[in-house]
Amino acid sequence: MTVSYDNSKIIFDGIKAAGIKSISALPETWLGPLLQRAEDDPDIRLLQVAKEEEAIGIAAGAYFAGTPHILLMQNHGFLAAINGIVSLAQLYRIPLCMLIALRGHWGEPYPWHTRGGIVTEAVLRALEIPIEYARDPQKVAKQIREAWTFSQSSLSPVALLLTRDLMED
Amino acid sequence: MERAECLQMIYPELEDTLVVTIMGACAQELYNLGHRENFFYLQHAMGLASSIGLGLATHLPNERVVVLDGDGSVLMNLGTFATLARYRPRNLIHVVFDNGSLLSTGGFESQTASGLTDLDAIARGAGIVHVAMAVTTLDFGEAFLAAVERQDLSVIIAKVAPVGPDHYGMDLQLGENAFRFRRWIQGRAHPAAGHTA
Repeated sequence: MTVSYDNSKIIFDGIKAAGIKSISALPETWLGPLLQRAEDDPDIRLLQVAKEEEAIGIAAGAYFAGTPHILLMQNHGFLAAINGIVSLAQLYRIPLCMLIALRGHWGEPYPWHTRGGIVTEAVLRALEIPIEYARDPQKVAKQIREAWTFSQSSLSPVALLLTRDLMED
Repeated sequence: MERAECLQMIYPELEDTLVVTIMGACAQELYNLGHRENFFYLQHAMGLASSIGLGLATHLPNERVVVLDGDGSVLMNLGTFATLARYRPRNLIHVVFDNGSLLSTGGFESQTASGLTDLDAIARGAGIVHVAMAVTTLDFGEAFLAAVERQDLSVIIAKVAPVGPDHYGMDLQLGENAFRFRRWIQGRAHPAAGHTA
């Protein structure tokens, strides 16, 4: 199985169509082709962090600045960012539009991803973060647009989980 | 040298500047000098003040951004120095008040207390080009003015005594601070930013 270049392009085009101008991210395998497109696109500012919690601060700065911004991370990166999500974004009512690669779930061959994959949805729900699963390339652009809209109207974090069906060929 | 003296010294310079402070004593001492709509107090999420500063500075290239950080907070997010160095926003000044203490949470010594851990060396090693160490208020004032004039990413490690304000409390709710801070920014003309949500 390999990462889907076609669907990565569809997702990237969906991000741009949603009006996003800036992305913070920590690279991982599924997000690689997507981030390469972001890096090559002069209309998108890409900030790569050393650890995902930094991206919560950067997203807050972008929000204060008025620049449409999304976060791209693996689910283990989300787990590493929780205090920032709770004690910056949720505490201060700062929206976050998070696209999260859901590793370690149905079909996962790598043991090291599995615990994170198993608990991701439950942790998101415990944090009262609204979630949707992105599985269908024909629907993902609309899901990204709606995730962005909902984050801005609710002033809260929202998560779109990028699944294996979407991310692998 | 005390942090409150340093803050008092630079306070006039912060009138037209986006300021992000860490929690506790640092936030309170700035607030006590007089709150301004361009001040954001990060009362939790330790370590992320400089990341907010990076987000502000990169998306608002025409604004000056000052982050007022501390040793306890920055030790929770040392990767921030590497990310700051990588993107090198010209309009960001990152002040780290190093009192060797987790003062606001009981005064336990931090890893910098003995002098073994050197934040100046960590920042330089992360790739920050302009790093200054200040041990007197004169040093600090000079380092801050040099950073303002330099117009390049600057880190100032300010060695201060582990003392804080004699009382805590702000007439400002957390969400209110965030909403008003954003509104103040949005009320400014930002031709280079160009995007509004």
